[in-house]
Amino acid sequence: MIRRLMKTLVGAAILAAFAGSVAAQDSKVADELAKYREALADGNPADLFEVKGEGLWLEKRGPKNASLEQCDLGQGPGKLEGAYAALPKYFKDTNKVMDVESRLVHCMVTLQGFTQAEVTKQWYSKPGKDSDIEALVTFVGAKSNGMKINVPATHPEEAKMAKMGEYIFYRRSGPQDFSCSICHGQDGKRIRLQDLGNLTTKAGAGEAMRTWPSYRVSQGTVWTMQRRLIDCMRQARWPEPNYLADSIIALETYLQKTATGTVMETPGIKR
Amino acid sequence: MNFKFALFFGLTVGMAASAFADKAVEAPGGKYAKDAEQMFRTSFKAENPKYWMTRLEQDETMKACQQYRDNPPRKVGEKLEKLNAATIRYPVEGKLIGDWKEGEKLAAVGTGGHIGFIQPDPAGKLRGGNCYACHELAKKEIAYGTIGPSLRNFGKIRGNTEENIKYVYDKIYNSNSFTACTNMPRFGLHSWLTPEQITHIVAFLIDPESPVNKD
Repeated sequence: MIRRLMKTLVGAAILAAFAGSVAAQDSKVADELAKYREALADGNPADLFEVKGEGLWLEKRGPKNASLEQCDLGQGPGKLEGAYAALPKYFKDTNKVMDVESRLVHCMVTLQGFTQAEVTKQWYSKPGKDSDIEALVTFVGAKSNGMKINVPATHPEEAKMAKMGEYIFYRRSGPQDFSCSICHGQDGKRIRLQDLGNLTTKAGAGEAMRTWPSYRVSQGTVWTMQRRLIDCMRQARWPEPNYLADSIIALETYLQKTATGTVMETPGIKR
Repeated sequence: MNFKFALFFGLTVGMAASAFADKAVEAPGGKYAKDAEQMFRTSFKAENPKYWMTRLEQDETMKACQQYRDNPPRKVGEKLEKLNAATIRYPVEGKLIGDWKEGEKLAAVGTGGHIGFIQPDPAGKLRGGNCYACHELAKKEIAYGTIGPSLRNFGKIRGNTEENIKYVYDKIYNSNSFTACTNMPRFGLHSWLTPEQITHIVAFLIDPESPVNKD
């Protein structure tokens, strides 16, 4: 872990050095950023979340003293391989399209006997208070590594969710006239120095979706896709959505459908 | 006969092409747009104060831009541009070019206006123009975005005529007066920036002494 930390610090030093070199050209900027990302990727702190997530999956917990080993994430009870890559998905037992997080919460409630409020109280980490959900999602996500994202949204409920996600993607409102599409509807753009993916294309959506969950260096923790999208809405200067809200799952369905066919490589690491 | 056939064929192709064009601009959400709006509106935490929730309201421009995926037919675009141009208000003293040093500060500020319960901005936090998020401006700032065009040497290239000063003021106040559904926010319309703050950013872009125009 200390070795990993050192590598992260080296990465930060590279970024700092780069930030100081004022006269850099665009291409040079891109090169230096690529080096920074490379340094970060070598030793991803999210690996620790993955290990913790596996522990939480196997441990008997909750009023029912049960593990999550019988949790059905869409491929059958306990089947984790490729499950993340095929979510969100329609589930007959709840009659809902669910993403990995809503499904994990569902399992913790039905199998382990927790209340929804208990399980979602700490849905993201705060300093000194780690989130079990982040760890579980990291563990489940890694079980899809090397597999193609596979959300064709062929079930009518999935197709509807994907279309509703598209609606939200283009919906402009707020004091800055923002929509997702403003920043993520074109190829090859940057906000400040941050590259922006064109999420309306397979390549762009793939580059984003196939690397989540991701460790956020600036936040010091893993971010799930729910966290990522809820923060996008904060950046758009909108009010705060509910965790696990249908509008977030709809956006995920739209993006996963667009990204279908790209190969998962998680946990990612981002600035 | 041949002519008639050619005419018929031409019309058929023409109609098919226009049908295709209609399909190409299907409004996002398709037949589920209404359901999607309802779902979106009910997805927010009950604790959000009412005055935050008003940020989800869409004016005519926002609705049309969404419907046409920010690429409205020219006829719709022209209508929106007129509508938006009519909203522009000027500072009381009437001077449209202010202090470039104040403008330089505002151009760099990207915070302000964040709400919610996770990472809101403290009340009273300065709201800037956040120009560098999307535009290249002064040469010394390399951390600029590329969503909008480069504005480096803007004043040097376009000149500091009264006409150009008014254009820049109007563009910042309500960008949709010139290009409907542009990515650029309408800073004056939403009172994100005051008319006075806009004059400072105008100066940052146009004043010959501004670093935007000095290499």
